[in-house]
Amino acid sequence: MPVTWLVFIVLALALAGFVAGRVRIDSAAGAGRPHSLPNYYGWNIAIKVMVPAFLVLICWLIVQPFVVNGAVTARLGDNAVPDGSTIGLVMSDVRRVAEGLDAAVSQGLMGADQASDLRTEFTNVRDRLAEAGVALGSNVTPQVLGAAQTWRALNANGMLLMSVAVTALALAGLVWGYVQTTPDFRARNTVENALRIMLLAAASLAILTTIGIVFSLIGNTIKFFSLYPASEFFGSFTWSPSFGGGSELGIWPLLWGTLYISVIALTVAVPIGLFAAVYLSEYAGPRMRAWAKPMLEVLAGIPTIVYGLFALLTVGPLLLSVFGRDGLGWMQAGTAVMTAGLVMGIMLIPFVSSLSDDIINAVPQSLRDGSYGLGATKSETIKQVILPAALPGIVGAILLAASRAIGETMIVVLGAGAAARLSLNPFDAMTTVTAKIVSQLTGDADFASPEALVAFALGMTLFVMTLGLNVFALYIVRKYREQYE
Amino acid sequence: MYDAPLRKTDVEAQTTKIAARDVQVYYGDTHAIKDVSVDLLDKTVTSFIGPSGCGKSTFLRCLNRMNDTIDICRVEGLISLDGQDIYEKRVDPVQLRAKVGMVFQKPNPFPKSIYDNVAYGPKIHGMARNKAELDEIVEKALRRGAIWDEVKDRLDAPGTGLSGGQQQRLCIARAVATEPEVLLMDEPCSALDPIATAQVEELIDELREQYSVVIVTHSMQQAARVSQKTAFFHLGNLVEYGETSQIFTNPTDPRTESYITGRIG
Repeated sequence: MPVTWLVFIVLALALAGFVAGRVRIDSAAGAGRPHSLPNYYGWNIAIKVMVPAFLVLICWLIVQPFVVNGAVTARLGDNAVPDGSTIGLVMSDVRRVAEGLDAAVSQGLMGADQASDLRTEFTNVRDRLAEAGVALGSNVTPQVLGAAQTWRALNANGMLLMSVAVTALALAGLVWGYVQTTPDFRARNTVENALRIMLLAAASLAILTTIGIVFSLIGNTIKFFSLYPASEFFGSFTWSPSFGGGSELGIWPLLWGTLYISVIALTVAVPIGLFAAVYLSEYAGPRMRAWAKPMLEVLAGIPTIVYGLFALLTVGPLLLSVFGRDGLGWMQAGTAVMTAGLVMGIMLIPFVSSLSDDIINAVPQSLRDGSYGLGATKSETIKQVILPAALPGIVGAILLAASRAIGETMIVVLGAGAAARLSLNPFDAMTTVTAKIVSQLTGDADFASPEALVAFALGMTLFVMTLGLNVFALYIVRKYREQYE
Repeated sequence: MYDAPLRKTDVEAQTTKIAARDVQVYYGDTHAIKDVSVDLLDKTVTSFIGPSGCGKSTFLRCLNRMNDTIDICRVEGLISLDGQDIYEKRVDPVQLRAKVGMVFQKPNPFPKSIYDNVAYGPKIHGMARNKAELDEIVEKALRRGAIWDEVKDRLDAPGTGLSGGQQQRLCIARAVATEPEVLLMDEPCSALDPIATAQVEELIDELREQYSVVIVTHSMQQAARVSQKTAFFHLGNLVEYGETSQIFTNPTDPRTESYITGRIG
C-alpha cells in the first residue's frame, strides 16, 4: 500500500525535522539564549512537515476517484452503454473489472504488463478474474475492459503524482522550518498558534458534519414531498404504507406514539431520578455515595437493545398478567405503550439523576449554611433553597432526557409493537417515528418510492423537534441561571 | 480606616446568656478548640479576635450547633443557653438555630426575591398567621437591618441583584426576622468596602439593644469600635476575655499584647 508508505515517509521526515531543529538550535546557542525551548523549534519543523503534507494527502484521496471516474466516463462515450442499461451500471462494471485486475496482479496470477495488455479477443477475462476470487456477472466487453485498463492507468498515475507531491511538500516544510530555526525565531508562539488552528479545525469539523447531516436529510425530504403532498403528510391521521402504491402516510399516529411513550418515560424517570439525585447529594454519606453513584451510572451503560429485551421478556408479560385478559382486561398483548414507556423511564433514570446530582452539588454550601442557620430542616432547605437554585439546570437535564426519549428506537421496536394508531389507552400497542424510520428503510422497497423516502421526512421532523427542545433547554438554563461566585 | 476613640462602655451587671465550660472541639484527629470556658452576656456585643486558624469561627459555630453539619466534627464539654444544655439529646438543633441566628462571612442571599429572603425564616417557623402579619414582620426586619429605605420599592427584585453591602444587610435582616435571642456574626464585614462596613457596624450597635451579639472579626479596630467584651483566641485556646477597653489598653497576657500590637498573627 503506497499510501501507508507515504504516511510513514512523512512521519519519518517529521521526526527527522524535529531532531534537526533541536540539534540546530542547540548548536546555535553560542549566539545568545534562543527565544524558545529547543523542543518548540523541533515541533515547529515537525508541524510544517506534517500538516500540509497530510492535508494534501487527504484531499487528494478524496478528489482523485471523482476525477478518474469523470475521465473514464467521458472516454467511454454513449455507444458503450447497451440498451436498457445506464452509464452508472456500466461504470460499476468497469470498476469491478479494474479491481479484479488489481487483485489478480497482487496475487501474482498476472504480470502488471499482462494486465494492461489483456484483450477480450484472446483471453476469457471473466474466467481469469474468477481465479483471483473476483466474480463478474457477465462476460467482459472490449469497451469495458479498455475502460478498466484506462482506469487503472489513471489511478496509478494519480497515486504516483500524489506520492511525489506529498513527499515534496513534506521536504519543503522541512527546509522551511529548518531555515527558520534561528535563536531569534519565536518558535513557541508559532507552535501555540498552530495548535490553536488545529483545535479550531477539529471543532469546525464537528459542526460541519452536523450541517452535512442536515443537508443530506433535506435533499431526500424535498424529493419525498415532490412525490407525496406535504398537506397529506402533516394533515392525515392514518398511517398505512402499502408498497403497491396508494399508501397513506400521515405523521400524526407516529408523533402521538412518540409523545405518549416519552411522557410515560419522563413520568417515571423525572421523579425517581430527581429523588435519587437529592438523596445522593444531600443525604448519602461519602461511603454510600462512592458506592451508589457508580451503580446508578451502570444503568446508563446498558445498551438499549438489552432494555428492549427486558421490556419484551419481563415487563410486557408482567403487565399483561395484571392488565391483560386474566386481570383487568385492558391489555391485548405484552407490547404496549406502557411497557416501552416504563422501560424507557428506567433507562433515563441515571441520565436525570447523574446530571441533577452534579447540578445540586454546584449549589454553594453558603446557601445551605444560610438556611440551616435560620433554623430550617434539611428537607425545607432542599425544597425551598437548593432545588429553586438548581432548577434551571434540572430543567435542562429533563429536557435533554426528553430528547433522548424522543429519539429512542430499540426499546420501542421490541416493547411497543409496530401498529401505528391513535389511541388514548396506554395498554395499546403503538409505534413511534424512529421505529417507523427503521421499518420503512429496511424493507425491499424501491428507494425512490415515497414509502421509503418518507423515512427522511420523518427523520427531518424528529431532528427539528429535538433541536427545538435543545434550544428551549438552553434558553431556560441561560435565562434562570443564578450567577454564583 | 479611621481610628474611632474607644467607646465608653457601660456594661452593667448583666445576665449570662450563653455559658461554655471546658469545650473541646475535634476535627477528625485535630484538636481545634481546647478547654474554652466563657460567659457571654445578654444585650452585649462580644467580639472574638485572634489570628487565622485560632478556632474563633469554630467556637462560634458550636454556639448554634452549625458544626453538626460537618461529619468529622466532634464537640465535648458543656454549652448552655439560658441554663439549658444545647448539646443535650432532647434539644432540637433546628429549634436552637431559630433562637441563635447566624450571619456569615460572605453575603449569601437565597436566589429568591428580597421579600422571600426575609420571609423565609418566619414562614418556616409559622410566625405569621396571614399575609398582613408576614408583611409586617418583613418590614420590621428590613427596617432593623437598616435597608428598608433602599429596597421598599423593589421587594420583588431578586436578593442576589443587590450590592455586596446591601446583600449583607439583607442577610442580617433575614436573621433578625426569626426573632433570635442571640446573633452570631462570622466576619460579617470581611467582604465589604469601608462604607458598607460602617453601615453594618452601626447596625450591630443598634442590635445590641435587643440581642446578645457575638462577632468574629479580623479587624481589631472593628472589635474596639463595636464590642463591649472581647475574647482573644490563640491556637485553639481562649487566652484572654474581658472588657474591650481593658483588652486593648491593658492586656494581662503577653500573647494578647503581642497580637494587638501586631507582633504575632
